[in-house]
Amino acid sequence: MRVSKRASGALAVGAAFALVASGCSSGNDNGGDASASKDGAIVIDGTQPENPLVPANTTETGGGKIIDWMWTGLVEYPNNGGAPQNALAESIETSDSKVFKIKIKQNTKFHDGTTVKAESFVKAWNWAAYAPNGAQNASFFADIQGFSDLNPEDPDGDGPKKAPTPTVQEMSGLKVVDDWNFEVTLSAPTAVFPTKLGYSAFMPLPDAFFNMKPEEFGKKPIGNGPVKLVSWQDDVEIKLTRFDDYSLRDKMKIKDVTVKIYQDDTAAYADLVSGNLDFQQQVPVSSLAGDKWKTDLGDRAIASTTPSTGIIAFPIYDTRFQNPKLRKAISLSINRQEITDKIFFGNRKPADSWANPLTPGAEPGNCTACKFDATQAKQLLTEAGGFTGQLKMYYNADASHKEWMEAVAQQVKTNLGIDAVAVGVPTFAVFRANINAHKMDGAYRAGWQQDYPDVENWINPLYVKGGSSNDGLYSNDQVNALAKEASAAPSLEESHKKFADAVKLIDQDVPSMPIYFGGQQSGHSEKIKKMELTNVGELDITSVEL
Amino acid sequence: MGRYLLRRLLQLVPVFIGTTFLIYWLVWSVPGDPFAGKCGDRGCPENFRAVMTAKYHLDDSIWLQYASYMKNLFQGDFGITFGGREISDIILTSYPNTLKLAVVALAIEAAIGLGAGVLTGLRRNGFLDNLVLVSTLFLIALPVFVIGFVLQWLLGVNWHIVHPTVSSEMRITELLLPGFVLGSASTAYVARVARTSIAENRRADYVRTAIAKGLPMRRVVGVHLLRNSLIPVVTLLGTDLGALMGGAIITEGIFGINGIGRQVLRAIVTKESATVVGIVVVLVVVYLVMNLLVDLLYAALDPRIRYE
Repeated sequence: MRVSKRASGALAVGAAFALVASGCSSGNDNGGDASASKDGAIVIDGTQPENPLVPANTTETGGGKIIDWMWTGLVEYPNNGGAPQNALAESIETSDSKVFKIKIKQNTKFHDGTTVKAESFVKAWNWAAYAPNGAQNASFFADIQGFSDLNPEDPDGDGPKKAPTPTVQEMSGLKVVDDWNFEVTLSAPTAVFPTKLGYSAFMPLPDAFFNMKPEEFGKKPIGNGPVKLVSWQDDVEIKLTRFDDYSLRDKMKIKDVTVKIYQDDTAAYADLVSGNLDFQQQVPVSSLAGDKWKTDLGDRAIASTTPSTGIIAFPIYDTRFQNPKLRKAISLSINRQEITDKIFFGNRKPADSWANPLTPGAEPGNCTACKFDATQAKQLLTEAGGFTGQLKMYYNADASHKEWMEAVAQQVKTNLGIDAVAVGVPTFAVFRANINAHKMDGAYRAGWQQDYPDVENWINPLYVKGGSSNDGLYSNDQVNALAKEASAAPSLEESHKKFADAVKLIDQDVPSMPIYFGGQQSGHSEKIKKMELTNVGELDITSVEL
Repeated sequence: MGRYLLRRLLQLVPVFIGTTFLIYWLVWSVPGDPFAGKCGDRGCPENFRAVMTAKYHLDDSIWLQYASYMKNLFQGDFGITFGGREISDIILTSYPNTLKLAVVALAIEAAIGLGAGVLTGLRRNGFLDNLVLVSTLFLIALPVFVIGFVLQWLLGVNWHIVHPTVSSEMRITELLLPGFVLGSASTAYVARVARTSIAENRRADYVRTAIAKGLPMRRVVGVHLLRNSLIPVVTLLGTDLGALMGGAIITEGIFGINGIGRQVLRAIVTKESATVVGIVVVLVVVYLVMNLLVDLLYAALDPRIRYE
């Protein structure tokens, strides 16, 4: 889950399915002009990366985009959202979903000219998993055997004692066979493991990384992707250029990409409309009202859907929220269609399933609690014995959540007759700190964008006991067991079937309320003749033609 | 004069220490864990938080944190941000931009404000006077972001007269529009203060004497009248530089200028005390120095004022 740090952008982090050839117009077939493209340069919008650019330590979109462009992983996610395909991997073989034999393509290069070898992966993963390095994405490696040795338990939780320093620095589950082959052993069978390998946490690192401080490396990162870094001027711009020794599928069709760093998306939008910027991933909220952005941009406006969902979660650890009937009553009393139409001007879609339907393995329409049925809601509330006191619905007030959260609270109040109010928490940091500490005394806004395209990413972290984002502490033994079976299934098809069964149970329990599916509104300049968005809505810079 | 200057400079020391501590303490008291919100809705792994908390000594008491911050500051070390950037580097790159913008704004303010003030102060109740009164009322009433967006949209996007945002080179010509927007409200105040001051002094005895002894009008206005009427205007302009620099955040955002505004805002939200203090300290110094300059200018403008 990457989070957008733009003040007004909020959950408008991106993603998209639409294959975009010159905006939305389909008849435009005069693609790109190869000779104009060859040395072409574009300027696109971005935000200042929060941290130095180290793949395993980047969880926000500003830096995440640059990393996605500068690196190519073992697998890649097709722009149309389909199943992952091998990129740097020649083959990934397994017989039991526990031991994976990974063979990489030979003689591909890092930007510093060194060769990408099997140990480039193994060393990078060990670095990320090693607790004292404190990598933000460390939990992605938890599947691998030996992860727990690198992450000893803190003896007294949050208490004064520090977790002991791990005695080993390498995960026992990673073995380099030779320069082009390595073997990964997981602690338990996990069918979805190869799918995860396209996420940025799993990128290889050159030897240079291990000879310097991560912060130094991150200011001048060396990747293995289609573009390399030219310069990074903080808060001003990041210049990228084509990596000429790149030998994999997605070569650049243009030469230079400048990422101009804006603090305000309306400034970027003014540049886009006046032709001084070639691509903006998310146009500002102010341009959405009355579809102004479509009038401004014409056929250069790109509307797309993103694999992200806006959710309101329940703190199940609070006794008042432990009755599933009550939770379902609240969920049924929300008219999601009205919210997306009136508050989001139709740019987001009402949620009707537990996993975002753009995700492989997800079933559309499987959230029966997402319907709007005020009569049934009232009846369920009576059966649950009503709700006493104020129903608080928290959101972080430093991003644009106020309007829709207030609309939801108002609907619950009107349709159920309980005293529901939307409460803003000043900053996301305070909001998250309370959620992490399990101190919420009301429902709260949450959001989820998939990290890798599989339904597993929508169930295990959110609705299974011990899941990394199961902040409401929801736990249903049957769901836990089914999810475990699903994760360990020998094939993805069987895994998806089992997850579908687990979702049916989750749908009965309503541990949270999916409200809307994300949408993205992008725009490009007249200069760009052809371009596509990636599966998460970022610009696929290798597809750009001028 | 020398002793006065020395005394004023010595006063800067306690003010400096007081403000830095106050700001450090205020940012420290902002609730929330700086690393809780860093990884989005997933939350950060425990190890990441532990490593960062230890690295930035956030477990220490506020006194210890402040003391070690000040110790480093006097050795010229402003510290580093949670993202690993040198704060001195942020100050060095963002301050000149904000200062440039504020100076352009101040120049526009002085030229337009003073010009309009003198013209209307001399000819009150004429067409020009009413025009200026109405237009300054307009500028004062409209918030900066409205003026900024409207002018950016009209001049930059619709008419293509200027580039809608400022490039990284920060050319003076590019800064004229943002400078005008930033200084718009102050321009109106300067015009009004200058107008009142001129109109009042216009009836003063020494002006009547000057006219009576046959001095040309240009000299009467330029030397006698203007000089005596400038004190309130100079006060306004002098203290405004600091206000313009501190208040430039909206203008910086609209025109994409890499100034101190966004850095302070980002640092406050992420509880990065060192960055906030580092930037504000420089701002405090700007305020203090400008105040001192204004006081010294009084003596130059009005010989009756002397400092001992």
